[in-house]
Amino acid sequence: MAFALGAGSPLLGDPALNYQEHELNERLKRLYPAVNEEETPLPRSWSPKDKYSYIGLSQNNLRVHYKGHGKNHKDAASVRATHPIPAACGIYYFEVKIVSKGRDGYMGIGLSAQGVNMNRLPGWDKHSYGYHGDDGHSFCSSGTGQPYGPTFTTGDVIGCCVNLINNTCFYTKNGHSLGVAFTDLPPNLYPTVGLQTPGEIVDANFGQQPFVFDIEDYMSEWRAKIHSMIARFPIGERLGEWQAVLQNMVSSYLVHHGYCATATAFARATETIIQEDPNSIKNRQRIQKLVLAGRVGEAIDATQQLYPGLLEHNPNLLFMLKCRQFVEMVNGTDSEVRCFSVRSPKSQDSYPGSPSPSPRHGANNPHLHSTGADSPTCSNGVTPPNKTKTHSKYPSISSASSSSSSSPSSVNYSESNSTDSTKSQPHSGTSNQETRCVTICRLTRPSTWCVSTACHFTTVKLSVPCVFCSDSEMEIEAEHYSNGVAENSSSRIMNGTYKHQEILQVDDNSLVESCASKQFCGGNQAATERMIQFGRELQALNEQLCRQYGKNTMHKKMLQDAFSLLAYSDPWDCPMGQQLDPMQRESICSALNSAILESQNLPKQPPLMLALGQATECVQLMARVRSGSCSFARVDNFLH
Amino acid sequence: MACLLEGPLRISVLSEVTATSRHYVDRLFDPDPQKVLQGVIDMKNAVIGNNKQKANLIVLGAVPRLLYLLQQSSSSDMLRTECAVVLGSLAMGTENNIKSLVDCHIIPALLQGLLSPNVSFIEACLRCLRTVFISPVTPVQLLYSDLTVIPHFICLLSQSLHTQEYITQIFSHCCKTPDHQTVLFNHGAIQNIAPLLNSSSPKVRMQALKCFSVLAYENTQVSMTLVNVLVDGEPLTQVFVRMMQRDKPIEMQLTAAKCLTYMCRAGAIRTDDSSIVLKTLPCLVRMCSKDRLLEERVEGAETLAFLVEPDVDLQRIASVTDHLLAMLADYFKYPSSVSTIADIKRLDHDLKHAHELRQAAFRLYASLGSNDEDIRKKITETENMMDRIVSGLSESSIKVRLAAVRCLHSLSRSVQQLRTSFHDHAVWKPLMKLLQNAPDEVLIMASSTLCNLLLEFSPSKEPILESGVIELLCSLTQSDSPALRVNGIWALMNMAFQADQKVKMEIVRSLGTDHLFRLLSDPDPNVLMKTLGLLRNLLSTRPHIDQLMGSHGKQIMQAVTLILEGEHSIEVKDQTLCILANIADGNTAKELIMTNDDMLQKIKYYMGHSHVKLQLAATFCISNLIWNEEDGSQERQDKLREMGFVDILHKLSQATDPNLCDRAKTAMQQYLA
Repeated sequence: MAFALGAGSPLLGDPALNYQEHELNERLKRLYPAVNEEETPLPRSWSPKDKYSYIGLSQNNLRVHYKGHGKNHKDAASVRATHPIPAACGIYYFEVKIVSKGRDGYMGIGLSAQGVNMNRLPGWDKHSYGYHGDDGHSFCSSGTGQPYGPTFTTGDVIGCCVNLINNTCFYTKNGHSLGVAFTDLPPNLYPTVGLQTPGEIVDANFGQQPFVFDIEDYMSEWRAKIHSMIARFPIGERLGEWQAVLQNMVSSYLVHHGYCATATAFARATETIIQEDPNSIKNRQRIQKLVLAGRVGEAIDATQQLYPGLLEHNPNLLFMLKCRQFVEMVNGTDSEVRCFSVRSPKSQDSYPGSPSPSPRHGANNPHLHSTGADSPTCSNGVTPPNKTKTHSKYPSISSASSSSSSSPSSVNYSESNSTDSTKSQPHSGTSNQETRCVTICRLTRPSTWCVSTACHFTTVKLSVPCVFCSDSEMEIEAEHYSNGVAENSSSRIMNGTYKHQEILQVDDNSLVESCASKQFCGGNQAATERMIQFGRELQALNEQLCRQYGKNTMHKKMLQDAFSLLAYSDPWDCPMGQQLDPMQRESICSALNSAILESQNLPKQPPLMLALGQATECVQLMARVRSGSCSFARVDNFLH
Repeated sequence: MACLLEGPLRISVLSEVTATSRHYVDRLFDPDPQKVLQGVIDMKNAVIGNNKQKANLIVLGAVPRLLYLLQQSSSSDMLRTECAVVLGSLAMGTENNIKSLVDCHIIPALLQGLLSPNVSFIEACLRCLRTVFISPVTPVQLLYSDLTVIPHFICLLSQSLHTQEYITQIFSHCCKTPDHQTVLFNHGAIQNIAPLLNSSSPKVRMQALKCFSVLAYENTQVSMTLVNVLVDGEPLTQVFVRMMQRDKPIEMQLTAAKCLTYMCRAGAIRTDDSSIVLKTLPCLVRMCSKDRLLEERVEGAETLAFLVEPDVDLQRIASVTDHLLAMLADYFKYPSSVSTIADIKRLDHDLKHAHELRQAAFRLYASLGSNDEDIRKKITETENMMDRIVSGLSESSIKVRLAAVRCLHSLSRSVQQLRTSFHDHAVWKPLMKLLQNAPDEVLIMASSTLCNLLLEFSPSKEPILESGVIELLCSLTQSDSPALRVNGIWALMNMAFQADQKVKMEIVRSLGTDHLFRLLSDPDPNVLMKTLGLLRNLLSTRPHIDQLMGSHGKQIMQAVTLILEGEHSIEVKDQTLCILANIADGNTAKELIMTNDDMLQKIKYYMGHSHVKLQLAATFCISNLIWNEEDGSQERQDKLREMGFVDILHKLSQATDPNLCDRAKTAMQQYLA
């Protein structure tokens, strides 16, 4: 998070202050999770620029003292915080401790808009609001106060809470709420204090320290209020329709990602019809599986065979696939180089993804669903931790997927995908991670249909447990294991199961051995030659596309990036090495899946994700139009 | 509905209903147990939600048969369970149903059923018992008459979530007296119910919490135990605090706040503990807000009144929290003008709660204003406050009248309010009316308020005197209630202070000397003190002293002797010696002492008493007797010198206490002059 503090930088060396800074960031994040500080920074101190000259600041711009004459009200002076209160806070709170009441204790604590005269106490002017210590009156844009609360003086802690949901404000004194002071507040107010007589000193707490008043308790009340408002949102006559809509959403989600058996079982249980032919789903799943396994060449072949004309009509997609194929050749995963390989490129195969990626719903990427292109980055599957385990399960898997009696050469897979975790851990961007942790998602509710029983959107649980699969992996509890393969990858939560061994005829090489050293194309000379030849073909394809459709900078960049891998002796540890991460297969995989669906006149995005994306976007929009309730209506709160 | 039908038709419909009902009952007598079971199940389905059907079946005698089947050991568990379920369903009907069931001795039968090993049968019995016991028509005592019942209930707590829910609900409804609390406490209710606060079932959590609120109410033993209870390693108070979080259900917040309030009042939690100051108090204030249901607002205000009553700091905090004083003013606006005929349901609801709301508000105002002058001022400045009290004093509901007079009493402790708002609003008028005919608890409060209104600086004193209050107060002193006797005599004492001769004579006449002296031997020391105070006020200024002593000297001297000889506190003796000193100040009255050698010996004794206060009063008495400038002072001085008083005075003039020393020296000077 950016340090918005101007005066903070010179003090960075002080560990105590760093600690306080850390505390502040933590507390602000906890109190105002909906605030995007890049758009709307939170107040963290008083502004050295936005103050009257009679105001002195010290202690990291948190302490305010009066340095004027203090003869009469014309000597009043105020200071505003660095930033206005963002509406996305929902409920905003700060506290001011009266260090000294000075000569007369004419202190005012409150709020004011930008540009309000600073030679005044808060509350005296339009768009200015204050609670004054000498008489305990509240001043609502007026020179005359209203009886409001008790007086305050040295030692008291006065809090000011702005409710951006109903645009009211109340104060607290020593942790006790004094009741509503102002209503109909305008937006974009700044925390403000004003002093008027010599010796007056006050300290602000914008979250640097725990608050005296239990603001989180107050927030919890409003969170509960907003949630119940959503839960009780009247849907009137359409009550019956909701179930059908929800079932359709779940079903289409399952179909989209190719969870064939689950989708069929769901359709059977809910007595609905799946729009797509089950074989078509399986085909898509097979192709996706190939892409995710890094066997892009085979995926292209399969696509051309199953959906003739599709790639011809999508030259961009074809080019992207080919580029990826090249990368996978470098990786040693693509079948065109694998056939040369003396040993199985197992290391690259242990991509921990499911046959089909599903979008991630984590808080780490709030813009995830706003556009279709970059959404599917999280995988939805689990690699069995070791071979023995897989074999032991083999019989049950075949029986589970017996309906899809596959030809020996075709890909066989299990549909046992499962709960899409929403607690996905933040994408840790740190590099050089030696091991990758794959978490097998805990199947929390194997026997409940969350969605089919839900009666409207707010209670939708995106978890789709694989109740209909008799797969014994259902019992798998959350566990972490490292396969020690892909460096520079991030740990994340996977779910569902993925029996890639079936496709890939894994040999007995241990994982650790296989990843001990990485070489171009698995270190095979013939494979390398094939790769270079493929590179030329790719270059040719690019030139052909250029002739046909004009220059495409994106293509050029992709090609450059892919080729640049050859420039390094160890492409896995180079600036472009990111491309080799199996995680990178997800986006192309999703693009291919969407293209196939589109060609079948099916939605390229599952409606569930669309709805989710819309809801997320809507909440962000609320923040921008200053609807404070967005703070407590976050989509994350409803994804369990 | 039947009422819409024509007469004859309605009758035929009714008879039809009865006929079908009879069919249900008849089937209970079938010799085939399987058919009986099916009959019971059909009956169960027929009565659900059908009060008419329930009443019919009861009239047709289904209950004894069901109870018979339930108790028969030959009945299958299934049949017994279904019988209990049907009985439970019947109990869900009207209060009359419950009465009929209780009259059929359903309770012992169901309690007997709890001994069965079959959990679903036990649950059905408990469910029915629960429904019966939470009804106001069921005598609570039925739960406690068999001593084995409560321990068995406690045992059953471990059976299932349902047994937990029903048993805790029964406890929370049936624990109404300190005896009940003790019974439950002694059988380990606390230890066994505490873990239920973390139950997975919200209903169980709620009922368990309610149990603690009824157990802890005004019970020191329970409260002291509760603070040391841990629930899953967490102190119970913290569990309660957690239950007051603002996102918890209102009922839970309110009940948890009650628990902590009761524990605090019982002394188990300090009033400055953060769980009280920062959690319980704000929670209760929130319960008074307009957003809450009327019932919640009533309970919130009553509980808050109870919490802050003894502690001025809590009163101060509450009075500034969330504009509480203004919030309470809203309690008087029911039925609100909005609830017109158009919204008859709302009007009915409002009317039902209007009295409760008003009394709750008055009680809370009374608590808030009981100590702090600023708060009293703010209360009287609340919109129409004095008018509301005045009209509250003459409301039909006793509860409201009592609460209003409590509030008035609390405010009457303010000198400023006595002088201003009390006089402006002539509160003495409705107060006097209230005193004419009211239950004791109202009388105690009203007379106590009257005491304050009769203080000499109160402008209401005059009009009250003129309204013939003396008779009324004198009658209070004859009451069986010590509190009323104290208040009566206290008011008379205040009235006699610096009063004119006419008033004083009126008091003596009205009270009657016999009764006055009877009060001097009252078992309540407070009554004795105030009576002495009255005497002292009556015996002030010389003409009054001489007149009163002239008419009642003998009795008064006797009474004084009696008290000085008796076993009494220092305060009482001091007051009595002061009376004697007043008598010594009279012109003629002096002689009553001078001629009483016994009395003089007593004075001498008290001059040498170990307690300075008594020495002082006795010396003052002597000083009055030997005062120069008065007729016969020489003789008195001589006589007292002979009796050795001068030596004593001499000794006292060396005393360490400066007052006593001064007084003795002043007296000595009379001899020197």
